[in-house]
Amino acid sequence: MSASVIVGIDGSEPSRRAVEFALSLAESQGVGLVVAHVIPWSPYSFNTPTENEERGERKQQELRAATTQIIEPAVEVASGHSCEVTPVVRHGDPVDTLVELAGEFSATAIVVGRTGDSRVKRALFGSIPGHLVHESTIPVTVVP
Amino acid sequence: MEDEPFFDRILNKITEIVFYPVNIGGVDILPIVVWLIVAALFFTVYLGFLNIRGFAHAINLVRGRYSKPEDAGEVSHFQALATAVSGTVGLGNIAGVAVAITLGGPGATFWMILAGFLGMSTKLAECTLGVKYRKEHPDGTVSGGPMYYLRDGLAELGLRGLGKVLAAAFAVFCILGSLGGGNMFQANQATAQILAVTGNEGNTGLTWAIGIAFALAVGMVILGGIKSIARVTEKVVPFMAALYLLACLVVILANVEKVPGAFGDIVSGAFSPEGITGGVVGVLIVGFQRAAFSNEAGIGSASIAHSAVKTNEPSTEGHVALLEPFIDTIVICTMTALMIVISGVWEDGEGAEGVALTSSAFETVVPWFPNVLAVAVILFAFSTMISWSYYGMKATGYLFGDNQTAENVYKVVFCIFTVLGSVTALDAVLGFSDAAIFLMSVPNVIGLYILARVLRKELSQYRAKIANGEIQRVK
Repeated sequence: MSASVIVGIDGSEPSRRAVEFALSLAESQGVGLVVAHVIPWSPYSFNTPTENEERGERKQQELRAATTQIIEPAVEVASGHSCEVTPVVRHGDPVDTLVELAGEFSATAIVVGRTGDSRVKRALFGSIPGHLVHESTIPVTVVP
Repeated sequence: MEDEPFFDRILNKITEIVFYPVNIGGVDILPIVVWLIVAALFFTVYLGFLNIRGFAHAINLVRGRYSKPEDAGEVSHFQALATAVSGTVGLGNIAGVAVAITLGGPGATFWMILAGFLGMSTKLAECTLGVKYRKEHPDGTVSGGPMYYLRDGLAELGLRGLGKVLAAAFAVFCILGSLGGGNMFQANQATAQILAVTGNEGNTGLTWAIGIAFALAVGMVILGGIKSIARVTEKVVPFMAALYLLACLVVILANVEKVPGAFGDIVSGAFSPEGITGGVVGVLIVGFQRAAFSNEAGIGSASIAHSAVKTNEPSTEGHVALLEPFIDTIVICTMTALMIVISGVWEDGEGAEGVALTSSAFETVVPWFPNVLAVAVILFAFSTMISWSYYGMKATGYLFGDNQTAENVYKVVFCIFTVLGSVTALDAVLGFSDAAIFLMSVPNVIGLYILARVLRKELSQYRAKIANGEIQRVK
């Protein structure tokens, strides 16, 4: 896989700006753009039997919703640009999955929007961009 | 018996039939318990002690070492195991162990552990087959469990008629079991615990109120579709289980000097019990019976819960399922038993039984813990009721071709039995609960024997794929 820039998005306003920034970065480097959305999911959660039974169908619904509501608008933003755009939707831990994707797509940089979490939530759990900066082995740009 | 309430009499009659004792050499032996133990022993030997050989592999599966990236978002092995465990861990561990020690002395613990170890093989068998013969519906949901392997597995072997009869019998017993052990027993013990903690023992009016409150809570989840209640319970229960084990450890560590003696009592009591009706065999029966009731190996219930996992290899879920009796019986029951034995409460002659005995064992070291235990019992009972209502609903769905009306009728009946469980005496409820749940093992184990060769082939093909590198760890 040739080199690329990864932009992790969640459908928010900062993440739209992140897509624009990532586009200009990818174009200036002459590489492709991977537009990724990670649906938060853990293999270690506790579910009811009914939730388990419906999980397969729920996964498909989540993938469809993420594609139409989050990925397609972002790909639309990129449509007038020259670089090749690859849409990706995955389930998993957002930080770990973005780092994995970076490896898979030989990424040169990861771009994310700043999340609008509350102070309490940030203090308790930290923010996704914050964790990403700690975990990533390639440059991370956080777009406000 | 004249003044026994009508409902109690019916329950006691059913219990008598299922637990008809056969007297051999002066000892009453229950054929149904022998049935389960022989099956567990058979599969342990027939599968070449895969319950030990496959243990490390089971742990790796649960840790996601073999989960492909594209399976993310589906039901993981951990989730299937956790859901099944939360359906089994509960009063069988807290009340059942206490009952075993009251009736059989410390030695009953030894036989419980052995039964748990053998039960790992039965679980491995039934959960592998559950996934192998599960049905995927057009809407993407899955149904699995003994009903399906009995019907379709036996049909493959040319035993279509027998398969249908066994599957239908299993489904009927599963509905009864879900109403008994999966519902009435839970409601009964949780109610008793609330009354004990609030000092309201014998308050009949309150038992009705608690029963109705329980029924409303269950009804809101299964009839009202208010999933959040079940979801919260499901998330709180594991923490309660951890807290429970921690409290057991505190009691054990506070009496650490008595631990070797307690183990001595457990082993010597297993082989030369004093003052126990029936001697060694009597203790053995008590231990095996409580273990089977606690971990449900051979009953077939877990097979329904495990069938939702995402895997192409049925054997993976069988391996994962063998951890269930290990967690339930070998870890949790042993900790409870050890705590009860070393605290000495079982022989102080105060006559406490069931949860009350376990509760008084905690009280000797952590005086406030009975209150936490009461909350834990209520939550464990509730999560077990949710799980069993699901098993019963799947059985109803099987019998009535997933007819929505039939399933709704079942759910209403389930809620009514919750109230009945709260207001009925323990002995009648405990007997009927055991009876109905054990009956499920009759068609299930017959099917397991008939499918034993299919099962062994499935498992050995899977083990071969691991050995030759066709299936590899991804992490």
